[in-house]
Amino acid sequence: MNILVSPNPHIHSKWSTRSLMTDVVIALLPAAICSVVFYGWREALVLAVSVLSCVGFEWLITRCLMKQRSTICDMSAVVTGLLLGMNLPFTTPWWMVMIGALVAIGIAKMTFGGLGQNVFNPALVGRVFLLVSFPAVMTTWVGPVHFADAFTGSTPLSSVNEAILNGTPVTEITSQYSYGSMLLANLGGSAGEICALALLLGFVYLCVRKVIKPWITLSIFATVALTSLIFWGIDSARFTDPAFNLLSGGLILGACFMATDYVTSPMSTLGGIIFGVGIGFLTMMIRYFGSYPEGVSFAILIMNAFVPLLNRWCKQKKFGRA
Amino acid sequence: MRKPTFSIGGVHPHDSKISRECRIEPMPLPDSAFLAVSQHIGAPAKPLVAVGDKVKVGQPIAEPGGFVSAYIHASVSGTVKSIAPRADLAGNPVMTIEIAREGDEWMEGIDQSDTLVTDIPDDNKALLEKIKLGGIVGLGGATFPTHVKLSPPPGSKCERLIINGCECEPYLTSDFRVLLEKGEQVIVGAAILKQVLGGVPCTVAIEENKPEAIAHINEVIAKLQKLSPKFNGIEVMTMKMRYPQGGEKQLIDAVMHRQVGSGALPISVGAVVQNVGTALAVYDMVQKNKPLIDNTVTVTGECFPHQANLLVRVGTPLRSILEHLGGIPEEAVKVISGGPMMGKAVANLDAATLKGTGALLLLTEKQTARKEEGPCIRCGKCAEACPMGLEPFLLQKLSRNGDVEALEANAAQDCIECGCCLYSCPANIPLLDIIRLGKADAMKAIRDRAAKK
Repeated sequence: MNILVSPNPHIHSKWSTRSLMTDVVIALLPAAICSVVFYGWREALVLAVSVLSCVGFEWLITRCLMKQRSTICDMSAVVTGLLLGMNLPFTTPWWMVMIGALVAIGIAKMTFGGLGQNVFNPALVGRVFLLVSFPAVMTTWVGPVHFADAFTGSTPLSSVNEAILNGTPVTEITSQYSYGSMLLANLGGSAGEICALALLLGFVYLCVRKVIKPWITLSIFATVALTSLIFWGIDSARFTDPAFNLLSGGLILGACFMATDYVTSPMSTLGGIIFGVGIGFLTMMIRYFGSYPEGVSFAILIMNAFVPLLNRWCKQKKFGRA
Repeated sequence: MRKPTFSIGGVHPHDSKISRECRIEPMPLPDSAFLAVSQHIGAPAKPLVAVGDKVKVGQPIAEPGGFVSAYIHASVSGTVKSIAPRADLAGNPVMTIEIAREGDEWMEGIDQSDTLVTDIPDDNKALLEKIKLGGIVGLGGATFPTHVKLSPPPGSKCERLIINGCECEPYLTSDFRVLLEKGEQVIVGAAILKQVLGGVPCTVAIEENKPEAIAHINEVIAKLQKLSPKFNGIEVMTMKMRYPQGGEKQLIDAVMHRQVGSGALPISVGAVVQNVGTALAVYDMVQKNKPLIDNTVTVTGECFPHQANLLVRVGTPLRSILEHLGGIPEEAVKVISGGPMMGKAVANLDAATLKGTGALLLLTEKQTARKEEGPCIRCGKCAEACPMGLEPFLLQKLSRNGDVEALEANAAQDCIECGCCLYSCPANIPLLDIIRLGKADAMKAIRDRAAKK
């Protein structure tokens, strides 16, 4: 009999990179399906082009440029593609989606050495690249086609941004939106922003499956709520209220799915909380004082840069050591 | 109320205790027993017999070779056939005394009956000496000589005795069966240990997945407490199910909420931990004059048709145990001495059992094959799982780079090699394999520095 000899442990948990990534895809599905229901086939096209190009580019780069075995089976490119697609307006032309995918996979992920090595969240790098390169397309939001009151041109956040520039009180804008409808279907905005409830459902799934811990997300929500509560308390004509800030824009998508990306977030709980506080605070500063209406992407990318430091500073307590 | 458990890390593997219903049965005596002189932590024992000598069961055949060392007794009667190096389960040569068995003749004075003896002698010095003469070592895995653990160094004081009945490793059921079938003996053994330690309170820690054992031991304690006040102060604590609860440091943390410092002994926080099997061995020696010549071995695995908990004489070849139960099934690719998390894979089936052999586990290719290593995705699951609060992802990197200074600074020497990191890693990085090398380097650096002083 041939016997196998290897060191302990002799069994392994059910986790694999692929199973974790697949769980993230499953968690994103409710929101993706919602967005296709609201926006129709063009949204489906954006998501499909994004996922297929991310996977395709990763395959091409690993096989043809790096001459390695392809890594597409780990499902991480699918996650990046889905997240990128959900961050774009459904009116984005297909070739623009492909450019975003190339930047996300080619520049943000593979040039750093592939999965696990990148400093910045690939999907966000792709989105921000498109945002600064094609600002017109990326900030033109068309309301859901399946609604009678479909409108063009603004999201709640961009309207507020305009109001601030024009000196109109923001309450004139925020009073147009009911929080209940924002929770179910956010008017205007990208796919991933449209249904807060579907996104939160996915987040709960990830927590229950122990794929992620809730601390980063919760600390972002708490910081956004607290910061806006303070500013809104000071001047409610100039600054938007906490509920509006929590429900609008890409905050929920960013906090639940982008900030919790394993590779680009801190390892320890304390590090994660500091990371989340930073994202929440920067988001509110950009929303209140920046020239862009939305700040979640920038806030996450900025905090991504601090992750190595946070990993070094925030260590968990070791057993039996003071 | 939340059940007590340790405070950092840990994992929840499926408990797979498929042999839990198998009663302890005696294994037929082997034709020859192979007794290694080094089957405890510490100095090897020195042989007391010569080739050709006739020995009886329970006769000492090797004496302690130092302070931290233990007696070894003949586990079968017969003739000493050889005293020579013999391959152990990893294939490394260890000095071994081989006894060719003739019949089953025991030393005079050993009480082989089942009668329970509950009267505990009062002379603690004599008790301690008897435990030493019985060759008793810790049967939870580390095989540390029990009499040494029971003699706290001057200045330290024991405040609590913990009887470790957690059996947190999947598959293992020998402690569970001992608790169920020999509960009285275990509790009398615990009372003896408690008395030797100065009458300290005693906690019997049992995980929640063994409710029958918890109920039974509670009954036994109540019954014995009616007989003698010596059994007062013994209580059962139901622990949450979590691996590695049975680790000494983790168990002390769970029971007493005290953390043993890096490199320190349990006694530094006032704790002494003894395994269920050790308590039984203490009873056998003190009350029945029977030294440590046999122990309970779980033989199990899903692929194995004849699960069993066997009472095996120390020095029985592993192959004969497996053959007694119908041989090794085709699908089995690995034979493990111990549990799936911390056990050692057997390279040599002709090796014999040791005092500390608690289980033989057979796993199939599908259950045990390592999967292909992928890149670290920095999920932090290893750090979350580490019961010592270490950062396996970092230690593994430092270890690959050979950075001994940083390994020591990041406490690689505190690693207890429980396997939680490798078990949880989704990228299948062989974390523990690599960290183990780094830990050895860090410990060597610490020893070298101490030697220079």
